[in-house]
Amino acid sequence: MSTIAADARLATRASSRAHSSERLRRYLRNLGTFVLSTVIVVWTLAPLYNMVLISLEPEGDVFTDHIWPRVPSVESFWGVLTQGHWYLEHFWRQFANSLYIGLMVTFFALLFGTLTSFAIGRMRIRHGWLVTNAALLTYVIPASFLAIPFYRIMQNYGLANNPWSVIAALVAFATPYAIFVFQEYGRSIPIEVDESARIDGASPPQIYLRIYLPLMAPALVAVGTYALLLAWNEYLYQFLLLSSKANMTVPVALAQFLSSDQSPWNYMMATAIIYAAPPVAIYYAFRRRMTAGLTMGGVKG
Amino acid sequence: MNGTSVIDVGRPAIRRRTLSRSLRGGLKGGEYTWAVAFVVPYIAVFLTFVAYPVVYGLWMGSEASLYRELFADPIYQSTVVNTILYLALGVNVKMFLALLLSGFFMRPGWWMKALLLIFVLPWAVPQISTFISIHWMLNGEWGFLNNVLYTLFHIEGPSWLNDRWSALGAVIVSHIWKWTPFWTLILLAGRMAIPLEISDSAKVDGATGMRGFVHITFPLLANLYLICTLLSTIFLLGDFNAVNFVSGGGPANQGHVLATLGIRNAFEIAQPRLGVAAVMSALPLVIPLVIVLMRKLRTSEVQI
Repeated sequence: MSTIAADARLATRASSRAHSSERLRRYLRNLGTFVLSTVIVVWTLAPLYNMVLISLEPEGDVFTDHIWPRVPSVESFWGVLTQGHWYLEHFWRQFANSLYIGLMVTFFALLFGTLTSFAIGRMRIRHGWLVTNAALLTYVIPASFLAIPFYRIMQNYGLANNPWSVIAALVAFATPYAIFVFQEYGRSIPIEVDESARIDGASPPQIYLRIYLPLMAPALVAVGTYALLLAWNEYLYQFLLLSSKANMTVPVALAQFLSSDQSPWNYMMATAIIYAAPPVAIYYAFRRRMTAGLTMGGVKG
Repeated sequence: MNGTSVIDVGRPAIRRRTLSRSLRGGLKGGEYTWAVAFVVPYIAVFLTFVAYPVVYGLWMGSEASLYRELFADPIYQSTVVNTILYLALGVNVKMFLALLLSGFFMRPGWWMKALLLIFVLPWAVPQISTFISIHWMLNGEWGFLNNVLYTLFHIEGPSWLNDRWSALGAVIVSHIWKWTPFWTLILLAGRMAIPLEISDSAKVDGATGMRGFVHITFPLLANLYLICTLLSTIFLLGDFNAVNFVSGGGPANQGHVLATLGIRNAFEIAQPRLGVAAVMSALPLVIPLVIVLMRKLRTSEVQI
């Protein structure tokens, strides 16, 4: 130990001339970090600040040129919450629609995803890879490319302006990701667990309910969050398939504001913030689980 | 299960039994039925809501005359140019920034952790909210950007969204703003997965800084980077929201990409077949991408 310390002292003395340049380098490095951090913060927050700024303007004060709220007012938030503007007369109804669609999509994506990955990954059904490939294919097809035929089909089925048409589309697009994550996560659970239960006489549904689902809980949370946010944030299918004001969801209602040039921008931004609050809260609450889900199974590269 | 089909009639019973056994894998009768019952819901969803629309779309866009009409349309021609620019710049600038920033966020300290929390906000906030905000920010008269330019520098900013190229630029920048955090997190996870022994021994061998990146980090990240780039290409090709809300395909329909032009043709000018044709004209790019991605995703077990 003492020789090492002595060596280190010697080394420091030898490099005393290099010391000041080392300090300069560290100073520059810190300065660089600081400048880059500032740029990142400004860049990231600018559009969000703009949202808050406009939502705090009293009505009529939106068309001005200041860059901070002169007389901050929560009037527009109050207007949204009390459905005080004619654009917002169904706000809570639309909020409930968004929530309903989100919860249904989450439920069915989790149900179909776990059932499928249980049959493929745990019961090892023959030709399971075909189903995995179908899921993979769905994952890489852009959803917006299927919107026109999907709309036509839903009209033929008489499901236009019905929330279940949106739920069907979103379940179809959310389940593939669920299947991947569940299969990947399921690999960490030894198959012997299932086998011993089978020898004890448990039927497949019992193994699924009593053993598989409880062990999969972390993956269920990650995928559930993913599906809920996917449905809450989705726009195109909801816009095409839900036409009446009573059946609309919040993002579609929000886009309706843009239809006129004289939009009440403060109400619009207040709505945008209220609409964004639940997903942001969920995101930060489940952040670790979400990122675990994103990279689950390792980004092995 | 539905009785014997015509093909089965007359075949020796024994062959049928081995065939059915090979279909079942190692599962016994009752268990096999359960396993089938478990996969049937997803297969039904896939066939009804993915496969059927795909086939229906292919049928809708199968007439050659549609494409003659489409290719002659000047709006379509500018759309193709926009789509190529959007893909080339949107994907590559974003992925390159994500690669650099993921290295930046590897630095230790509470400051980096706090910064990362702010940095991921664009990803956490819904697209519609932020793109609408950006749209208003870029308003020529009352937008926040021009207000800032005027207040700080006394510059009269232009009407960003009234010019084709600056509108397209705004869309690309919005896309980069929205999605860089997501890909940074993915690449950050990829960097974290590199075993410490490798980077440590590389440092001992003198591969620090740029050399460490070129010879150690990037080769290990290259496959992940490639997959992310391909995935992001296909996601961006299908992106409707950024274009629709930031520029609205404007000015004067000069700013569309294929995804928004398809919807515009189908629902604004009520020519759904022309809309499908616009989307289908991306197939020469989509099909190879899908094939490569399916192979890559299956073999390397990268999941996003």
